[in-house]
Parts: sequence; structure tokens; C-alpha cells
Amino acid sequence: MSELLDLTGAQAAEKIGTGEVDPAELFDFYRERAAAEELNAFLWLPEDGDRPEFKTDAPLAGVPLAIKDLFCTEGVPSTSGSRILEGYRPPYTATAVRNLQDAGAAMLGKTNMDEFAMGSSNENSGYGPVLNPWNHDYVPGGSSGGSAAAVAAGLAPWAIGTDTGGSIRQPAALCGIVGLKPTYGSVSRYGMIAFASSLDQCGPLTRDVTDAALLYRHMLGHDPCDSTSLQHPEEISLPTAERLDGKRFGVPPELTGDGVEPGVKQVFDQTLELIEELGGELVDITLPHSTYGISAYYVIAPAEASANLARYDGVRFGPRTEAGGLTAQYEQTRHDGFGAEVKRRIMLGTYALSSGYYDAYYGNAQRVRTKIAEDFTNAFEQVDLIVTPTSPTVAFKLGEKTDDPLAMYLNDALTVPMPLAGIPAISIPGGLSDDLPVGIQLAGPAFSENRIFEAAYALERAIGWDPPEAPWRR
Amino acid sequence: MIDRDQVLHVAKLARLRLSDEEVERMSGELSTILDHIETIGELDLTDVPPTSHVIEVENVLRPDEPRPSLPREKALEQAPATADDGFLVPSPAAHA
Repeated sequence: MSELLDLTGAQAAEKIGTGEVDPAELFDFYRERAAAEELNAFLWLPEDGDRPEFKTDAPLAGVPLAIKDLFCTEGVPSTSGSRILEGYRPPYTATAVRNLQDAGAAMLGKTNMDEFAMGSSNENSGYGPVLNPWNHDYVPGGSSGGSAAAVAAGLAPWAIGTDTGGSIRQPAALCGIVGLKPTYGSVSRYGMIAFASSLDQCGPLTRDVTDAALLYRHMLGHDPCDSTSLQHPEEISLPTAERLDGKRFGVPPELTGDGVEPGVKQVFDQTLELIEELGGELVDITLPHSTYGISAYYVIAPAEASANLARYDGVRFGPRTEAGGLTAQYEQTRHDGFGAEVKRRIMLGTYALSSGYYDAYYGNAQRVRTKIAEDFTNAFEQVDLIVTPTSPTVAFKLGEKTDDPLAMYLNDALTVPMPLAGIPAISIPGGLSDDLPVGIQLAGPAFSENRIFEAAYALERAIGWDPPEAPWRR
Repeated sequence: MIDRDQVLHVAKLARLRLSDEEVERMSGELSTILDHIETIGELDLTDVPPTSHVIEVENVLRPDEPRPSLPREKALEQAPATADDGFLVPSPAAHA
């Protein structure tokens, strides 16, 4: 059985193709592990013996896939981690999920998450927090914490999630796996339960870089149902690079210095040495406006969220609380259905968009966004990629930051600038600090995913991430 | 500082009922967060154009061809209450 557990998604697909692995056996194996888990990583799993169809001739060959509960899946509960969508079974499936299913992915289950993807610890789920598989007293990160924990604990070979300000990369970092936030628009947002539409983008969470490239290859593409989606100009190839010769890596002091804890800094510095050993060149660059990323993000994302979440009013889907008149019913339904963080962001966003404050908050945040994007454009004239830690700290303890929303927000400081600029970034495991994983982030210009995968792959091999205490071995 | 009246005003705009305890907490938390956001004020942003969309796309159009949409019964299937092929809500006029 443990032989199945050792296979990455790509390896499992290959072995199904050659007939060495039976897809039904693989599916049942993971379904049983997922059903027995203690991390609260899954919100929905199929019944025992209930299997999807296995497309063994397709590239993903019927390998099971864990799907963040924010993706609409036809007839299967899709709550986005919120009580206000409890019991909701969408009438259609998200394009990204459909693309993966067409390529042969078999839906294993729906994973837990911060409510409407708002959070960095998974403690904002309406269905209880997810535990970090490395140490159950710690958070797995968020908002795609269920997907990250499931992959790290070997409850799924691979998973998909979404990233608005770091929600793929940060939980991937805190759980010791790989996570890619692709270029904005490269994957359709159709059927993704919207949080902040100008930032949301879905991507893979996987054990290694090859799996991330393989899933990304099969999820992307222009979709007539999402007019902001774009055709990727390149075919996505599986990475093979062993060296980084001639590649220039920018190191911005704004995202690598203040606030990065010593243990993370140490792993980051070791990674920089590895880059040089592999032939890469380190270049000092500056991203002067990135330090204002949190401020801009926490105006833009809540503002868009306050508009997107207006649809939850107890009329067309989800539970309703009757309260006399129509307006009272809206207000009471939303009071009962939303959790504390979602209410906070609706309030913040509504305030920022309200008459008299709009330009001072939303307008200026969008101007900062322009400056942040310009910083990246300037940097990429000098370097191929930018390297930073993914998160300023390793995983923190459950409950440690729940009473201090601002401290929780500041945790996203190293991951928010990229979605504000629409550019792709990956997190790969760099090492351990205090027995918890440290993530290394590589960011590139729009549509540079192939470049990112090649560099991440070379680095992954040099790092040799294979800790004996890793949770997937248990 | 966001005071109690401002919190209640914004909550009304957002169609969100807040308990007294939530109003109290929201006032302090929003003030702390907005103080941080206001560090943007350190920047000179005159003449900087706002970015609403990061990747350049414009006038994305598709042919206007009729195609099937979600069947009515499927669209109504998840609603808490329906009547006469529509979503059932209390009369907006009854309790203004």
C-alpha cells in the first residue's frame, strides 16, 4: 500500500497508463486515508465504493484530485467554507475543474478552507480549522489550508486551490509542499466562488514541481465564460533543468529583510547559496512600493469582496433566516450565515467604497497597485526571476493571531505584491526551521510559468527536500 | 477612528445586522486596520493612473449567438423558497 503513497501524481498517472496501478485501487486507497484523517482537511468525500469514471487514456489517467471547496462542482456540495452556503449543490462545474476532469483527473473530495478564502490560517472556516499535519497544534496556513494539508499528509496525491493574496503559496509553504499562483487570467475563474475578482486565480498544490507543471498545463486556457481569461502564449512543458547557469535572480530587500524571522532567513540564505552553486547569479534589486502592498490589498480585496458577497441574501441559494420584512430578512440571513472575518471584510470594503471615502481609499489603493506593478516591470528588466521567502514565519500556533486581525493580515506581506501585479509565483519547500517547513518563493513576469518551473525544478533537486519526519510518511 | 454610528451606517449599506457586541468590536478593529492602510498617504500619487485590471485586455466580445441557458427548474432548485416558477420573498412593500 505504501508504494501507492510514494507515487507523485505524475508517477501515478504513468503507472496507470502502463497498467501497473489500478486507478480504482488508487482512488479507494486515498478515499480511505482521507475519510480516516484527523486534520479536518476535507468537507466532502464520496461514499465508500462510490467512484468517479476513470479516464485511463487521458493524460491524468484517473489520478485522484482534491479540490478546494470554493470551486463549484455540479451536484456536489460547494460551500466556500461558509455556513451561508451550507448544503448548496451547484448546477454546474467550474471550468478549471472541468478541464482537469477532461484531462483525466478524478475528483477525490472537497477541501476545507477559510470562509470565502479570507484568511491566512484556516481558522476562519465555518466548519472548523484545519490542523497542520507536521504538528497538530499549528495552523496549516490559508486560505487553501485543506488542500495543502491533504497533500502534505498524503491524503491526496495533489490538489487545487486559489490564491488572492497568497492563499496557495502560503499554505504550501507552511505545509512543506509546492504551490503555484499562475498569471492572472491564464486559468478561467468561471465557477470559482468569487472573493476579489481582479486578484483571484486558481492553481495547483503538489508534492513536487513536476506535478505542479502537469496540473497547470491541464487547467489553463481561455474560456468564453470568463472574459478576463487569456490564452497562455506558451505550451507548458515539464521541467528538466539541472542548472541555473545564466539565470539572474533578483533579491529585493523589502521582501527579504524586516519582519522575516531568523529561522526563515537562515533557510532563505542557504537557498541563495544553492542558486549560486547551480550557476545562477544574485542581483540586488528594489521593489520600493511593495511595502505598501498590504495596505493596497486590504482595500482592494475587501472592496471587491463586499460587492461579490452581496449575492448571499437568502433568496436564490443557501439557508435563510426569516425576520419579518425583506430587508430584515437579508440582514438577519447575512448576520447568521457569515463568520467574523467575512463580516469584517464586508464592513471594511463597504466603508472604503462608500460616498466620500471612495477616492481616498479605493482610488489610491489602485494607484499604489500601478506603482507596485511598475516596480516589478523595472525589476524584470534586470533579472529573470525574483526570489524571496514565501512567508515571514513558519506556521504559527492555532489561536495565536485570531484576536489580532492586523497581525494576521501582515502575515501576507511577501505574497500580496504578486497578485496585485498579476504575475505568477511559486512556493517550494526550502528546509526546516523549528521542525516546521519554510517556503521559498520564485516570481516571474506575466506568462513566465515555464521559466519558473525550470528554475524551481533545478532548485528542488539541489535542496533535496525529503525530511524523514515528513507527515506523508506516517 | 470609526465610531459606533459609522459602523451602524456601513452595516446598513452592507445589509448586515450586527449584534451590539459585534458593533463594539468592529469599531476598534476597523480603526486599527484603517490606520495601517493610511500609510498609503506617505506616497505622492498625483498623476498616477489607477489600475483596475492587471493584464491588458480590452473590448472582449463574443458572437451574440443564442444558446441554451440554465433550465428554470435547475436555477430554482437551490432556493430556500419558490412559488409560481420564481424565487419567493416577503413583499418588499409590506414592511418598509
